[in-house]
Amino acid sequence: MFAQRPDPRPATVEVFVGDAALRVPEGSTAAAAVMLAGLPAIRETPVNGSPRLPYCMMGICFDCLAEIDGVANRQACMVTVRPGMRIAPQHGARAARMSA
Amino acid sequence: MPNPSPAARTAYDAIVIGGGLVGAAIGYGLQRQGLATLLLDEGDIAHRASRGNFGLIWVQSKGLGNPHYQRWTRGSAEEWPALADDLHTRTGIDPRRHQPGGVTFCLGEEEFAARGEYMARMQAEAGNFGFEYRMIRAAEARDMLPGIGPEVTGVSWTPYDGHASPLHLLRALHTGFTGLGGTYLPNAGVTESTAAPGDFSVSAAGQRFTAPRVVLAAGLGNAALAPRFGLEAPVVPERGQILVTERTQNLLPMPTVSLRQTAEGSLMIGDSKEDAGLDTVTQSPEIMKTMARRAVRCFPWIAELNIVRAWSALRVMAPDGLPIYDQSERFPGAFTANCHSGVTLAGTHANRLAPMIAAGALVPEMSLFSARRFDVRTAA
Amino acid sequence: MTDLAIIGAGPAGLAAAIEAASLGLSVTVIDEQPAPGGQIFRNVERASSDPALAGEYGSDGAALVRRFRAAIQAGGIDYRASTTLWHLDTVGGVLSLRGESGTGSLVAQRVLLATGAQERPVPIPGWTLPNVLTAGAAQILLKQAGAVPRGRTVLAGQGPLLWLLADQLAKAGATPALLLETTPRGALRQALPAGLAGAGFWRGRAMLAKGATLMAASRRAGMRVISHVTGLRAEGEGRLQRITWDGGGSTEADTLLLHEGVIPSTHVSRALGLPHQWDETQLCWRPEVDAWGATPNPLLAVAGDGAGIGGWQAATATGALAALDAACRLGRLPEHARDSRAVPHRHLLRRMLALRPFLDRLYAPAPGVLAPADDDTIVCRCEEVTAGQVRAAAALGATGPNQAKAYLRTGMGPCQGRMCGTTVAAVIAQARGIPIAEAGALRPRAPFKPITVGELADLPAG
Ligand SMILES: Cc1cc2nc3c(=O)[nH]c(=O)nc-3n(C[C@H](O)[C@H](O)[C@H](O)COP(=O)(O)OP(=O)(O)OC[C@H]3O[C@@H](n4cnc5c(N)ncnc54)[C@H](O)[C@@H]3O)c2cc1C
Ligand SMILES: Cc1cc2nc3c(=O)[nH]c(=O)nc-3n(C[C@H](O)[C@H](O)[C@H](O)COP(=O)(O)OP(=O)(O)OC[C@H]3O[C@@H](n4cnc5c(N)ncnc54)[C@H](O)[C@@H]3O)c2cc1C
Ligand code: FES
Repeated sequence: MFAQRPDPRPATVEVFVGDAALRVPEGSTAAAAVMLAGLPAIRETPVNGSPRLPYCMMGICFDCLAEIDGVANRQACMVTVRPGMRIAPQHGARAARMSA
Repeated sequence: MPNPSPAARTAYDAIVIGGGLVGAAIGYGLQRQGLATLLLDEGDIAHRASRGNFGLIWVQSKGLGNPHYQRWTRGSAEEWPALADDLHTRTGIDPRRHQPGGVTFCLGEEEFAARGEYMARMQAEAGNFGFEYRMIRAAEARDMLPGIGPEVTGVSWTPYDGHASPLHLLRALHTGFTGLGGTYLPNAGVTESTAAPGDFSVSAAGQRFTAPRVVLAAGLGNAALAPRFGLEAPVVPERGQILVTERTQNLLPMPTVSLRQTAEGSLMIGDSKEDAGLDTVTQSPEIMKTMARRAVRCFPWIAELNIVRAWSALRVMAPDGLPIYDQSERFPGAFTANCHSGVTLAGTHANRLAPMIAAGALVPEMSLFSARRFDVRTAA
Repeated sequence: MTDLAIIGAGPAGLAAAIEAASLGLSVTVIDEQPAPGGQIFRNVERASSDPALAGEYGSDGAALVRRFRAAIQAGGIDYRASTTLWHLDTVGGVLSLRGESGTGSLVAQRVLLATGAQERPVPIPGWTLPNVLTAGAAQILLKQAGAVPRGRTVLAGQGPLLWLLADQLAKAGATPALLLETTPRGALRQALPAGLAGAGFWRGRAMLAKGATLMAASRRAGMRVISHVTGLRAEGEGRLQRITWDGGGSTEADTLLLHEGVIPSTHVSRALGLPHQWDETQLCWRPEVDAWGATPNPLLAVAGDGAGIGGWQAATATGALAALDAACRLGRLPEHARDSRAVPHRHLLRRMLALRPFLDRLYAPAPGVLAPADDDTIVCRCEEVTAGQVRAAAALGATGPNQAKAYLRTGMGPCQGRMCGTTVAAVIAQARGIPIAEAGALRPRAPFKPITVGELADLPAG
């Protein structure tokens, strides 16, 4: 789990991780928001259902795949937060939206 | 410590050159017939259609104008369940066979009409052998396959089609072959060989091996090998590209000719035909785009899925697109096998072709697949 | 149409862009990050005043990015942030890009890959547990979000970056409890000749001094160090709880940060079919380049850590050299002018590489890091394939990672083998008793990063 340091880096952008609202510094990524929110897992793998959290934070490992603003399997560590962004953990393989 | 080389023995009952799907299926069949078989293969980055293919067990469009090819393909679809069960039991590896029938999409009335004609001709040519198919309008097809796009006018359907995991199949064949006592040697490209009737030797990986039977199943490599054994294999590469999406929850109950969902949940999008020489690195975004467009027109909902992989691989094509199975007249005991549907035909390769080779000769009906058909054409 | 397309806005790409634009070339800089700086100077425009990041980051990094912004102002540089290269046609020079507003393409006369490095995977038992991260990941969280690990933090592995991170975390008020250093006993003695050769220690004395200061500072801040650790394991139910190591060592932990050095990111260069060689000292693949970073492909050059690990200053030097060469090849700079302008960059490069042979030997990863001994250890995080399964595939006949991929799906998941490729090759090499170089490398394919079917379908024609 990670903690903020508000003095040098004020948390100004409000995002939602799961249902919880959270403020994070500008320039943070969705993956950082997940770590700050203290989520136990950002996804469960489609292979064995094992829980995962971000590992590399730089776009290499793809362990941070999450649903962001309704779009599944986005690399959360490569997505910069925007006000109101919704980040949801994923369980197993994604679904595709047929009605879309 | 596992050490696959060097081989302990040098004299075998049969040597199969090429460890792709074709060679592995034949090798497996031969070993199961009780022949001590050596399977020789090249290394890690060899050109291998078997590692890059689409995984269809596909019957419905095979062999227009060549009913023997349709029968051979149908025969393979019939053999597939037994082969898959046999491999699964022996190796614990499930080739993930699923044969619920399959469809080909038609976009627009013109495509639908043309497809209808094609299927009718297939049926007419089949004669008493029969060929069951249906042309199904979009409204009904929507119940079979969810989320079909508005541009789809209809589909053709046959009950014979299906799919499998080509990679599981290849691993199961290799594992099964070795488990039965066969010898698989990778990094063992055949360099030199000698041929005499019923007496062959080949050199690979610094060793010399002998056997009374040799089977050339080296894919594109057969073109160069065949003449040394009194055979011909005028095959050329034809590049095909495939796109693969991330895993998704189960959506497609049956395969289509250009889109299928794997047992792992990925969607595979095929297919393209280009002339590319021996180049499997270059991929063309233009062709990828064409494939993606057609896929989205068939199933609009796949637009939001991520493509995680794309690759190109080389088909093994004879000039008329049909398989080549042949036996050497000059050097009895030498056989060749080439096809561009190594998954589909795995059933007949293991269960019908291998027993013929073990018995020493192909049955007369197989002469229609001989490479001599090309001599006749050029002479005519 | 652009004269020079540069992929990567890290030190190498930035230096190359500044140099090339100063020579009158039209330059397009593409980076998937939202701001310039690369790995080392990530988010520096926002975070340079963070006291935890004082030093190189806050001063040199901020200055480099300011120079880049000034060069953009002066004209000649088209900087495209948040844009990913997903395909490159190396014959026509067509780059396929994906940005925030969709896909597009760009034609370039010359392309410089400045795509940098990644951390070496550290496949220990339990490394997939939540709250086991790379040291670089923690540093990125600090740079991007000002965040620090909470609770009991343990660092494990070796290399300068680990000590730098310890110091940065200490300054941020989150001193790690423990560092488990994996450098084997005797490594220093074995590495000494490499440092003495060519006066490496003397020419690299500033770097050595910096390293010593870092080590002293984090110890002073209260971090315990245990040396010569082997047999690391991360344990816990559903998350990290405990770390154990050989000899009965064990500690509770909330966060484990792993690091065994960095290796070139060769995903793109391999996908393009460029020749690579196995670097026996750095124990990684690197693309074959000449003294200007040029590859055998007439269109392509590689600079920075992506061509071999040298650190950020070396990266600026190789970036500038590649830019000079590009100008020369495009007929904008005579050869003699290229050569004379290259002198200061070559001088810097020599100075920056002086200490490398020593560091590479001192911090060479143990064989168990390259190829985990324990059969149950996951090597492919995406498809959850273990070292034991790879060994079984090797026994069945997989002679390299490409056949193993066909057998086991290692390299077929979303990361496309970025994480498992070298480990799988090393396990096969060990099982078959051959050098890693002989086992070979995965041949990745485009798209280099995932794009959606819809994005691909909408590509503008031509
Ligand atoms: C894009 C694409 C999609 C496809 N989709 C399907 C499909 O959906 N369904 C289907 O049924 N088929 C499909 N195929 C075709 C199928 O993959 C091939 O028919 C089949 O793999 C051919 O197998 P093979 O063993 O003959 O050739 P290969 O797989 O090429 O294997 C030949 C082997 O021989 C070895 N070799 C070559 N020369 C030598 C030598 N001198 N000594 C020793 N070894 C040698 C090679 O290393 C190689 O391993 C597809 C093919 C492609 C390219
Ligand atoms: C996580 C991490 C942290 C590090 N921290 C330090 C440190 O604190 N101090 C230190 O001395 N060294 C550090 N290093 C070492 C570092 O590699 C070098 O010091 C330096 O960053 C190398 O510069 P570069 O320009 O070669 O590459 P990088 O700085 O890595 O820049 C490469 C850039 O290319 C971009 N890129 C890659 N692929 C694509 C693509 N397909 N499309 C678009 N853009 C792409 C990336 O987003 C990145 O910004 C770190 C390395 C890593 C991996
Ligand atoms: S955390 Fe590794 S890719 Fe995002």
